[in-house]
Amino acid sequence: MKKTIPIGLTALIIAALFVTILLAGCTSSSTGTSSQNSTTAQAQTVSGNQSLVIATTTSLYDTGLLNYLQPKFESQYNVKLLITSQGSGAAIAIAKRGDADVLLVHSPAQELAFMKGGYGLNRRSFASNSFEIVGPANDPAGIANMTPENAFTTILLKGTNNTPNIYFVSRGDGSGTQTAEINIWKNAGYNYTQNIEKSGSWYIESGQGMGATLQMASQEGAYTLTDQGTFLAYQSNLTLVPVVTKGGSLLNIYSVMAVYNANQPVEKIQMANNFINFLISPQTQADIGNFGVQQYGKSLFIPMDVSVPNAPAGWVGDHSTPATDLTLAPTAAATTAAANSTAAVNTTAAAP
Amino acid sequence: MKKLSDIVSGIVQAINLIITLNPEVLQIAALSLYISLSSTIIASCIAIPAGGFIHFYDFRGKKVLIALIQTLYSLPTVVVGLLIYLMISRSGPLGYFGLLFTPGGMILGQTVLIIPIMMGLVIAALSGVGRDIRDTLVSLGATGFQSIIQIVKEARIAILSAVILGFGRAISEVGVAMMIGGNIRGETRVLTTAIALQTGLGDFGFSIALGIILLSIALVIVAIMYLITSGAIGTIEQIIGGAPRQ
Repeated sequence: MKKTIPIGLTALIIAALFVTILLAGCTSSSTGTSSQNSTTAQAQTVSGNQSLVIATTTSLYDTGLLNYLQPKFESQYNVKLLITSQGSGAAIAIAKRGDADVLLVHSPAQELAFMKGGYGLNRRSFASNSFEIVGPANDPAGIANMTPENAFTTILLKGTNNTPNIYFVSRGDGSGTQTAEINIWKNAGYNYTQNIEKSGSWYIESGQGMGATLQMASQEGAYTLTDQGTFLAYQSNLTLVPVVTKGGSLLNIYSVMAVYNANQPVEKIQMANNFINFLISPQTQADIGNFGVQQYGKSLFIPMDVSVPNAPAGWVGDHSTPATDLTLAPTAAATTAAANSTAAVNTTAAAP
Repeated sequence: MKKLSDIVSGIVQAINLIITLNPEVLQIAALSLYISLSSTIIASCIAIPAGGFIHFYDFRGKKVLIALIQTLYSLPTVVVGLLIYLMISRSGPLGYFGLLFTPGGMILGQTVLIIPIMMGLVIAALSGVGRDIRDTLVSLGATGFQSIIQIVKEARIAILSAVILGFGRAISEVGVAMMIGGNIRGETRVLTTAIALQTGLGDFGFSIALGIILLSIALVIVAIMYLITSGAIGTIEQIIGGAPRQ
């Protein structure tokens, strides 16, 4: 018996090797379509295999908008887009570390701080829609048609009162949607960290993306704040209905930025600029406006040529000038020598 | 009945996806196997010799080292994810290699994750070889090297179990795959991260299909382990090989 096992073992190892080789074949054949593209490109240019890492918010990804735009851009520029979707807060953190080449988010205040910090170039707004408060169809808190601020106040008072079945699910992940939520609490006169967080079991922080948070709210029979696009895209899987849809603080603007730091290769910035210009091009703007109309009966995102309602200064970025900058605008103090050093990021931080 | 409808329709959709060989499902499964097999092979190349070294040679702090390795059996995947993230981020010390959000980075992370458990189990496997066998080897005049070879041969099944267990941990983990891979569709999306994403989006059919595949892989692993430990592979070999052996 003992003598036969080594042969069995050898057979097993050979089988394992065979499977490995087979798998290596599988994975390369599964990416066959893209490698076919790049083999033709390799003949023309070395940069044919270029890839561009895009850090994006979950709402743009969960709706399928980026998957819809991805092949159009990839075939036009012969580049591979690597899209990682996180909350806007996490996406901004990734971009700040230089781990992404393009940032696509919807958190204007955080974006402006990001730009001011010298981490990004060429901020352009490319779409908008609005946030909505969604909740159970029977509206247990009775907030239908209130302003967002009054609706939140009502949910808070009933929630802390332990009124049965009053729950609110917050993203709790520093995302653009949560930033918008905190902004509404602030407008309603509350201090988020003191009055809202940990104020009772009515307030649930999911710590997950928009799709997952909607699922959770649906399961719990809770209210939540969502962007219109993700809600429309996943409505069929949910038991929630829109409850509050109108109010100035519900404006939701999506912007794109090229990531900048001292080590960022110029080719990546150029390709990021290509992506930005692709997003604001008339063709893509029309595509964004048409996205989802057939499936959901309504646009998920509104292109920028439709006038955007009043927004705080700076929230709506430029959406017509082509992105061309490859470096930060030099300040009066910054010398050419300093621009080459890592200190450049700090010295130019004060640049407008 | 309505409460079961999600599960039932999910399973129906899952079977449909598997039977029709949905290319995305296949690609995700193949990528999972590729990444986890690669990390298992690399980890084996490190953990088995290192485990052997720790077992066969005496040095100061050996007991402490073994205790440390055993503590790292329960190394949380997200802690490995965090450490490797900081290392391979473009602003980290290994940032130059551009490994973040690539299968290569995930292989690195899973390798780090499973080395301790494989090393620990290899040490345990070698220690499990009876003292009498060693004494016999020495009394028969085996040199140090010869007896090491013999002890490793005796322990091979337990060592193989260690490798398979490492593979099981690699393919089923989600922390490293999510944090290092970034769950990029077609590039770094593996079975576990895809299940997490699709469940969040309420696409249960896709999740269940991937879950079934993940379980099938686990089943194959258990089957292989069973065959090896029960010595059945040798028997099968005899049957297939035809030639009777004594």
